[in-house]
Amino acid sequence: MKQFKPFVFGAAAALALALTPQADAVEVDDAQVMANTCAGCHGPDGSSRGPAAPTIAGMSPEIFIDAMKDYREGKRPGTIMPRIAKGYTDEQIKLMAEYFAKQPFMRFAQPHDAQLAAKGAKLHERYCEKCHEEGGKASAEAGVLAGQWLPYLHYQLEDYLADKRAYREKNMQKRLSELIEKEGQEGLKAVLHFYASQK
Amino acid sequence: MNRMHRRTFLQGLGAAVAVGAVGAPSLALGAAKKVVIVGGGTGGATAAQYLRRYDPSIEVTLIEPNKEYYTCYFSNLVIGGLRSLDSIRHTYDGLAKRGVKVVHDTVTAIDGTAKQVVTASGQKFAYDRCIVSPGIELVYTGVEGYSQEAEKAIPHAWKAGEQTAILAKQLQEMPDGGQVVMVAPPNPYRCPPGPYERASLIANYLKQHKPKSKLIVLDPKEKFSKQGLFTAAWKNHYSGIIERLGPDMAGTKFTVDVKTKTVKCDAGEFKADVLNIIPPQRAGKIAQVASLTDEKGWCPVNQHTFESKLVPGVHVIGDAAIAGQMPKSGYAANSQAKVCAMAVALLLNGKEPLKPAYTNTCYSFIASDQAVSVAGIYELKEGAIVEIAGGLTPADAPEAILRREAEYAESWYKNIITDMFG
Repeated sequence: MKQFKPFVFGAAAALALALTPQADAVEVDDAQVMANTCAGCHGPDGSSRGPAAPTIAGMSPEIFIDAMKDYREGKRPGTIMPRIAKGYTDEQIKLMAEYFAKQPFMRFAQPHDAQLAAKGAKLHERYCEKCHEEGGKASAEAGVLAGQWLPYLHYQLEDYLADKRAYREKNMQKRLSELIEKEGQEGLKAVLHFYASQK
Repeated sequence: MNRMHRRTFLQGLGAAVAVGAVGAPSLALGAAKKVVIVGGGTGGATAAQYLRRYDPSIEVTLIEPNKEYYTCYFSNLVIGGLRSLDSIRHTYDGLAKRGVKVVHDTVTAIDGTAKQVVTASGQKFAYDRCIVSPGIELVYTGVEGYSQEAEKAIPHAWKAGEQTAILAKQLQEMPDGGQVVMVAPPNPYRCPPGPYERASLIANYLKQHKPKSKLIVLDPKEKFSKQGLFTAAWKNHYSGIIERLGPDMAGTKFTVDVKTKTVKCDAGEFKADVLNIIPPQRAGKIAQVASLTDEKGWCPVNQHTFESKLVPGVHVIGDAAIAGQMPKSGYAANSQAKVCAMAVALLLNGKEPLKPAYTNTCYSFIASDQAVSVAGIYELKEGAIVEIAGGLTPADAPEAILRREAEYAESWYKNIITDMFG
């Protein structure tokens, strides 16, 4: 009997292991359940495959929360989001904000004019970098612009310039009008192409 | 541990194994938990994707007869000549890469007692839980004179692929001045705005390529999805091209003469150059065979877990399921699949399902570069899925907004496809 001891123990351990529910195998929480409902339009984990719907991965939670509440309360124009945002409570919005903030912003190649983008890089440095840091990649203080889908950026600017969307920072309004005044619509377009060129 | 203690311990363990074996055999044997998914459309593919994501230890087998999948959504763009058929074709390679075992075969039986799925080729697949996403079955007899045999001459194009190509080709070959007739289906059916998006895009095609032609829609329903938006679009863009006759004019009974492509109804006889009949529908055939359907042909489910109310251990999602106020749309199937995958993953780990969250977002093209949308956010209330927010594109939305919606619709397609098949 003695010589079988290790075997018996081994078998018992294996059986005990087999009986233990694989508690660590399943990974799903309320935040994922909420956030995954967005994937059909904004892409899996919030990184949109384009060509227009914005990537919401890697957003600062504050900006996500403000955007959703503004849509919900009719303070920000949109197509479908004002209707969708009305379905969520503050707590649910916070859960989704925290989830998407943790996801990497995946950048995909998109059509852009390389010459315009080169010009836009310089203009970005002059007019936008102060808040949209790291070439528009930083997310701590402002919206991520680098790699964002060009039609979406274009729509947002249209709304800002038509006074339909309120500026989060007064300074943006100032810098934007300076950019247009000195560089014209072509300058504005160049900056957008710079963001579209970022990988 | 002395001898007696050891024996007691082992006996206890043996008893535990025996008990476990009754409830969850694969767990007790230390084997992987098995989920078999029947049907590789939007619901099935999404469920496979999210099960692997929520619990990679689950062995997921997806059984689907076709090696390629054509989405029903965006197939109206193919019919209207705005997209290639190839652009709505997708393969299962992405799912296989995610560790889903993809089997191309037809499921012929689901044995809820033996927990086993049987296929046409005689293969048997054991499951701990089964997810059925069977889509719809067309009830050809719902339109007198119509049949499956007639579908090549008179396409329904309500399952995408060859049928889509046939209808597109017939429109292309029709001479200018021809008459297109569509028979719309009665409720409930897959994709509520689908017939009207199709009417818009056929009219868009006729307007551009065959301006002397006409489209007549014979509709057994008084009201339909996005009605105000479609009606306004038809007036704006296709005045004199689309004529819709509702039940007040056409009645609800349609008879077709296949040889002459003529439809008879209360409004008279309509001879078509191109005839598109969308027959009444019920849950996909395997749901009927596996006794998952009620007397009306749809599947009653627990709207939290999507477990069948008729066969325990089998879940039904997508068009076939009775899912409260959610429509039978692709996005709804995608959303239900995620809720179901969450519930199944947790149940297989001996845990309670979390609070569900459901969404629907559906775009319909009204012209080449303009679309309208409907959105819905749903909650589970007293066991039923109810809409708590959402709604339609505003009736006064300017064209600039409708063009943005068309761009977002293109994004919707790319993103939902990646979510399912990526």
